[in-house]
Amino acid sequence: MELSELANASGEWLRGSGPESDIVISSRIRLARNLADFPFLSRANESDLAAIEQQIQKAVDSLKADGRLQETTMFIDVGGLPRLDRQFLVERQLISRELAESNGSRAVVIDPAEKFSLMVNEEDHLRLQVMQSGLNLREGWEQMNRLDDMIEEHVTYAFSDRLGYLTACPTNVGTGIRVSVMLHLPALVITRQIEKVFKSLQKINLAVRGLYGEGSQAMGDFYQISNQITLGLTEEELITKVGDIVPVLIDYERQARGFLIRESHETLHDRVSRAFGILRTAQTISSEETMHLLSSVRMGVNLGLIPDLTIPTINKLFIHSQPAHLQKITGELMDKTDRDIERASYLRRHLNGTESNGGPTRN
Amino acid sequence: MLKCQKCDRQATFHITDLIDGKPKELHLCEDCAQKFLAPSADDSSEVMPAMAGLLAQHLAVGETADQLARLDQRRCPICSITYLEFRKQGRLGCPNDYEFFTQELEPLLMNIHDQTHHIGKVPKRCPQGADQQTQLIRLRREMKEAIASENYERASQLRDEIRQIEAESRG
Repeated sequence: MELSELANASGEWLRGSGPESDIVISSRIRLARNLADFPFLSRANESDLAAIEQQIQKAVDSLKADGRLQETTMFIDVGGLPRLDRQFLVERQLISRELAESNGSRAVVIDPAEKFSLMVNEEDHLRLQVMQSGLNLREGWEQMNRLDDMIEEHVTYAFSDRLGYLTACPTNVGTGIRVSVMLHLPALVITRQIEKVFKSLQKINLAVRGLYGEGSQAMGDFYQISNQITLGLTEEELITKVGDIVPVLIDYERQARGFLIRESHETLHDRVSRAFGILRTAQTISSEETMHLLSSVRMGVNLGLIPDLTIPTINKLFIHSQPAHLQKITGELMDKTDRDIERASYLRRHLNGTESNGGPTRN
Repeated sequence: MLKCQKCDRQATFHITDLIDGKPKELHLCEDCAQKFLAPSADDSSEVMPAMAGLLAQHLAVGETADQLARLDQRRCPICSITYLEFRKQGRLGCPNDYEFFTQELEPLLMNIHDQTHHIGKVPKRCPQGADQQTQLIRLRREMKEAIASENYERASQLRDEIRQIEAESRG
C-alpha cells in the first residue's frame, strides 16, 4: 500500500460509527516505550537511531510473516519523505509534528485501516497509538495491549519494577500511557462555557488541547481530553479516569445544544445554513475558515437542521480539505492561492453532489 | 543567610543557568524565582515552563547552593548526561538515569504524578539482564569515543565485548 492510496481513503476512526459519535470523534490510546539497550533520544546518535529502527523493522517483518500483522502494514521511513508527505501524515494524525520535523532514522508503521500507528524514534524509541471511532476506550486498550505484547516478543523494553516503563521524560514514566478522547464541542463554545469546563478538568488532572496537539489553538471546536498522570495508577484506572468524564462533557454539550435550539432557534438555524451556503458556493477558501464553517455544519447535521448530509462525509471533509491532503489528492504541488481555489472546488463537488453545480473555475 | 540577588529577601531558590554556554549561579527569593522562571516572549530556553517550575520547586527544599552545584555536576556513568543537562532539556539520557538520579528524581515524580511506584502492566519478558542492557549503552558510547580519539585497539576490544553481550542476550 502506498501513501497516495491512503490519501483517497479515510481511516476507520473517521467513519463516525462508534458510540456517541455525534460529539465524540475518536478515542485514542498511546504507549511510550524504549529499548533497554539504547540511550534515550537526547543521547542517541545516528547509528543508535538506525539500529533501533532496524530492530523495530525486523519485529514488524516477522509479525507480518507470522500473519499476526497484516501483509499490507506499511513501514515508512519518515526521514526520507518529502515535506508534503510528512505534513500529510500529520494531518492524518498518524505521526506527530515532532516526528515530522526531525531528520535521520525516523519511521512510522501504519495499519492499512489506520487502526494503529507506531512511531519510531520520536521523543521515545517507540510510540504506539491505537485509534477508534467514537467513545470506545475499552476496545482501544484491548487492541493496544495485544500490539504491545506482540512487539515485546521481539525487543526488550526498558522497565524497572519500581518505576515501570522508563521514558525519556519523567512525565510519561510508569505506564507510559496517554488516553485521549477527541470531542466536538461547538455549543459549549457558542454559549461561552468552554473555559469553565477546562478549568474543572484541570482541577482533576486532565489535560485539554485543541485539535492537532500541543499548545495549538482549537480548530473547528475540537478538543482533546487526556490524562496527565502516568505513574501509580493502572492502565485500566487511567482509562476509567478519562472515560468517566467524557459522558459528563457529552451531557453538557447536549444541554447547550438544547438551550440554543429552544432559546435561539432562528439564530442557530441561520448560522448553520449560512455556513453550509458558503461551503457550497465559495470560489476560494482558507483551511481555517473551512474548519470553522464545517464545525457549524456538523452540529447542524446532528440537530437535524441540514438534511441529506452525513457525519462520515463531514468528518472526511475536515481531513481532506487540509493543505497536504488537497495536494496529495490532486497530485499537484500548489501554493496557498491555488490551494484555496482547489479547496473551494473540492468542497462544492462534495457538498453539492455534482461537479456541474459550480464546477472548477480554473482553466 | 543568603540574600536574593534581585531584592533583599532570603534566597530560597538556587538556580544554575547556562549563560553563553557557562553555568551561572543565581540565588533568588520565591517571588523573584517565579518571575525568572516564568516563560517570557523572548525566552529561548528549551525547558518546558511547567518542568522548569517543578524542578525549581523541588530544588528549593533545603538545598544550599553548594549542594546544588555538586548535584548538577553528577554524571551518569552509562550515558554521561549531567543532572544540569537534564534540568536544561527536561529529557533524561538513558534508562539508568532513573537509578543514578533516584534521589533527585523522587520529589520530581511526586510533584508530577503524586506517586512514586508503578502498579500497572509488567512486560511478559522482564529484562532479566537489565545490567547487561545498560552496559551495552555504555560500551557503545565508549567505542564511539575510542574511534573518535583514534584509539582503534581499544575500540576493537570494546566491539568484541559488545558482540559477546549481544550474542548472550539473544541466545
